[in-house]
Amino acid sequence: MVSKAASETLAEAGPPPAAADGKYLDSNVSGAAKILVVGPLGVGKTTLIGTVSEIEPLSTEASMTRAGARVDPYAGDSGKKTTTVALDFGRLTIDGDLVLYLFGTPGQQRFLPAWRDLAKGALGALALVDSRDLAASFDALDNLEDLDLPFAVAVNVFPSGPRYDADDIRTALDLLPGTPLVTCDARDRASSIRALIALVRHLIHVATEPS
Amino acid sequence: MAERPEVPRASAIRPYVITRGRTESEGEPLSWESLVMTAEAAFPASLQPEHLAILKHCEGLISVAEVAAHLGQPPSVAQVLLSDLLRWGLIVTRPPIPPAERADVTMLRKVLHGLESCL
Ligand SMILES: Nc1nc2c(ncn2[C@@H]2O[C@H](COP(=O)(O)OP(=O)(O)OP(=O)(O)O)[C@@H](O)[C@H]2O)c(=O)[nH]1
Ligand SMILES: [Mg+2]
Repeated sequence: MVSKAASETLAEAGPPPAAADGKYLDSNVSGAAKILVVGPLGVGKTTLIGTVSEIEPLSTEASMTRAGARVDPYAGDSGKKTTTVALDFGRLTIDGDLVLYLFGTPGQQRFLPAWRDLAKGALGALALVDSRDLAASFDALDNLEDLDLPFAVAVNVFPSGPRYDADDIRTALDLLPGTPLVTCDARDRASSIRALIALVRHLIHVATEPS
Repeated sequence: MAERPEVPRASAIRPYVITRGRTESEGEPLSWESLVMTAEAAFPASLQPEHLAILKHCEGLISVAEVAAHLGQPPSVAQVLLSDLLRWGLIVTRPPIPPAERADVTMLRKVLHGLESCL
């Protein structure tokens, strides 16, 4: 699997892990930061996190109360008051003393309550867009705008999807001129890292530009 | 925050009622990316199995979300149990970078350089 190979490469290059199995962080780590990876079903969130992470990606099910229990094609039992959101995450230790967590979360509007918790304190988000279905990302982008979380957009290009040029995508997604737009192959580590770099450059720009 | 956490006695440890009624932990909740680790203190014999189980995953520095994943529990459950352990002085925490420093450009540049060095 791509993620396995990627984490092995990292283990070779980086300092020895704190524990033999890499479960624990190096004891010099003094702080944590997080970035959200968001997007519609099947867009490549888990793949990207696994590609970048130094540990095998972990997953957890966050339960949350549903405000309006409307009929939902993905929920088997529409009468349920609570629903669970599957979240994947991975981590990357930076300079031996800062750890970056990547949390992957589905984009559908109904998951917005779960996002609020997760978005608190997040540096920003990488919004993945499926080249086969641009409209599937609208909800995720709406959520990010609602939460006022700075983001960059990475289009995962699938072979069966049409080829768009950047301007078409910007128009279709109604992106602000300053929002970075990159293409990405979530299965490729360098490509995924470059998408994150585009995001962090944008975050630096947002943080330093006079408002 | 208490300087010297009191040593938990049996009477100080509430019965295990995690999700029934106790969804909010006392004080500022630990965030998902808060880092925790067991303290030097010896575990009291009276500790509930659920708390002991969680301590087994905190023998080194680790995030709340990772503890939850290793336990196979939702983060909200790990947050409550870890808050107990923190209150009793059995774990220590390194809080995440506070939101006020969110836009800390020094930190963002550090993340940027870290990512660039992965290429
Ligand atoms: N061509 C191509 N395929 C990709 C890319 N990213 C992921 N895939 C493939 O798409 C499929 C779905 O990827 P996942 O990472 O599971 O997607 P996800 O967003 O986590 O999906 P859900 O968790 O179901 O919402 C997998 O078979 C991946 O190998 C990409 O950038 N390009
Ligand atoms: Mg997934």
